[in-house]
Amino acid sequence: MLKQTEGSHAVAEAVALCRPEVICAYPISPQTHIVEALGEMVKSGALAPCEFINVESEFAAMSVAIGASAAGARSYTATASQGLLFMVEAVYNAAGLGLPVVMTVANRAIGAPINIWNDHSDSMSQRDCGWIQLFAETNQEAIDLHIQAFRLAEELSLPVMVCMDGFILTHAYERLELPSQEQADRYLPPFEPRQMLDPARPVTIGAMVGPEAFTEVRYLAHAKQMQALELVPELARGFKNVFGRESGGLVRPYRMEDAEIAVIALGSVLGTIKDTVDDMREDGVKIGALGITTFRPFPLKEVRDALTRVRLYVVVEKSLAIGIGGIVATDVRMALAGRLHLRGYTVIAGLGGRAITKASLRRALSAAIAGRLERLHFLDLNREIVDQVLAHEKEVRRSGPIAEAVLRNVGVVGAKIR
Amino acid sequence: MHQPIKFYQTGTHTIGNRLLKPEQRTVQSDRGRSNSLNCGHRACQGCGEALGARYAIDAAMDATRRQLIAANATGCLEVFSTPYPESSWQIPWLHSLFGNAAAVATGMAAAMKVKNRSDVRVIAQGGDGGTTDIGLGGLSGMFERNDDVLYICYDNEAYMNTGVQRSSATPPAARTATTAAVGDEPGNVFGQGKDMPAIAMAHGIPYVATATVADLHDLEDKVAKAIAIRGAKYIHIFVPCPLGWGAAAHDTIRLARLAKETGIFPVFEAERGEVTGVLRIRRKTPVEEYLKPQRRFAHLFAPTPRPDVIARIQAIADRNIRRYGLLDEGAR
Repeated sequence: MLKQTEGSHAVAEAVALCRPEVICAYPISPQTHIVEALGEMVKSGALAPCEFINVESEFAAMSVAIGASAAGARSYTATASQGLLFMVEAVYNAAGLGLPVVMTVANRAIGAPINIWNDHSDSMSQRDCGWIQLFAETNQEAIDLHIQAFRLAEELSLPVMVCMDGFILTHAYERLELPSQEQADRYLPPFEPRQMLDPARPVTIGAMVGPEAFTEVRYLAHAKQMQALELVPELARGFKNVFGRESGGLVRPYRMEDAEIAVIALGSVLGTIKDTVDDMREDGVKIGALGITTFRPFPLKEVRDALTRVRLYVVVEKSLAIGIGGIVATDVRMALAGRLHLRGYTVIAGLGGRAITKASLRRALSAAIAGRLERLHFLDLNREIVDQVLAHEKEVRRSGPIAEAVLRNVGVVGAKIR
Repeated sequence: MHQPIKFYQTGTHTIGNRLLKPEQRTVQSDRGRSNSLNCGHRACQGCGEALGARYAIDAAMDATRRQLIAANATGCLEVFSTPYPESSWQIPWLHSLFGNAAAVATGMAAAMKVKNRSDVRVIAQGGDGGTTDIGLGGLSGMFERNDDVLYICYDNEAYMNTGVQRSSATPPAARTATTAAVGDEPGNVFGQGKDMPAIAMAHGIPYVATATVADLHDLEDKVAKAIAIRGAKYIHIFVPCPLGWGAAAHDTIRLARLAKETGIFPVFEAERGEVTGVLRIRRKTPVEEYLKPQRRFAHLFAPTPRPDVIARIQAIADRNIRRYGLLDEGAR
């Protein structure tokens, strides 16, 4: 059914179609609308049987999901940013125990300085925790990925994180195709847990493991996640059969057939990137884009194959590994290991919600093509301000709080969209 | 034959099982008990926590007709019961993290509800650190939502698993690895710590009780009573730790009894925030008798005796006695 609706609400409806049995949540922007909508559906009886639990923290949210999943219930939660960090210990635990929890991360920056707007720092901080990570490009894809996520999680008995850009997607209203319950039921069978707390067949879950077996347990976690590289495309094909549209998968190439230049990214920024690619194509630049939908496990082969003809690539990423640079770029470089003739650039963009415009992207891409871009570039960085702060810190011992110094130099606080 | 027997010596709640009618005997004395925490675990000799858990979980298994699942916090109980690849647990048991046993149990209870398995009951258990410190947020949340979980705290008054560091349940003057017996006020300081049963009561939950491993009937009764109630329940069990307290393994029960008889550890139960019953002190005992057998308090007796500090501990015990009416005639 076509519906003009908000991304968060659509995701809530998609999650509801998956018949979750326990939903637990702690409010954090920009995740709130998703769990509010689900809470209302449970309260009204539209989503039943389901328990909705208002917990006292994200740490509890993930812990409740762990308990519910281990007891055999399909479990869901959603969070973002500081909330994801607050639950980290339990996030690792859910993966270590192999519990198929599905969680939406409404991507948002991490403080300090506190910032509620979108970037990918939160999910990226958890890239090694053992969860499968899927990134939605559009709200339609966010809906579809959630339905696929439950199937993926339960087939592998691994938790899945569906990442969608905070505000840009979660709060955007657009026309979306909402699946029917019949379609969802056809695609997603009831949850058959691999392990369960059952008085009829008592098991111990979460025993201590020493050096004699820990490597094997960890290897299995890796091996299981790697299975997703085969399962994700398979599930995407199955999804198309039932729902009639392409969604999910490992990577999504755009105008890459004869591309010599590739822009690689995750999430909603791909829309702007594709528009920029179109513009540059019109000017005769052989450029394409590669969207990475499945970030964990990282599709090394698919990325490598997609970039076969490319001589230059630019990774646009909404996160920063302080002290080294790009996160996605590092993984892409690994996919391209051995291809020394390739020129690669990392463009850090959109941090803390800074708009990524076509104009800025095009400037950076043109500079890369001309060989004038730094290998690690910060899109639209106000060099003057940072230089002032650095100079001030050199001169004055008690230079004061960093963020405040930057804001003072910015002058009027506001989005600096050029 | 039907003449009621009066047990002057010990009080009716500590008499031997063989003197009682079968239905009055403890679950633990029953050969058909579930042995939920089976033998072969790695607890120290004289471990109060192993004893407490064994009594409590077997009683809960009995009360639930063996329809029980448990969440366990990280700590001694978790470590000594599940050395890979073995497990002492004969019940469905999940260890997740140190600070989340209550929240995990909430999830389990939600799952049971949604699956129409209200016959399956949920227990969460942890030590004092996992309960009063790192797990307090989740525990308070579970209480406040009145989730159908029985939380059991085995209180041995410090972080024993990591090497006897102070917790917010460590009593004043006690020596731990992080409250050394040096300086003018040796050991843990006065005026700190949390009264966890009172915190539980402040949530207004249906049932709160304290118990010790010295009184098996009482402990089992309280577990059975808690299981019969829907909603959040809290039982705080006093479990001496020979290793952490520097006490003889054979003194575990004695120390638990002395804690109660001195008033150091009031044994009571409460419903919806109101105390409904206390275990009466049978023979009031000065706190020295409780402190002396424990090396964690040795600095109060030698080389320089500290009657001033002992008097402060006695004052705490006396306050408990007054507050809970532990010497009142009406008490059990």
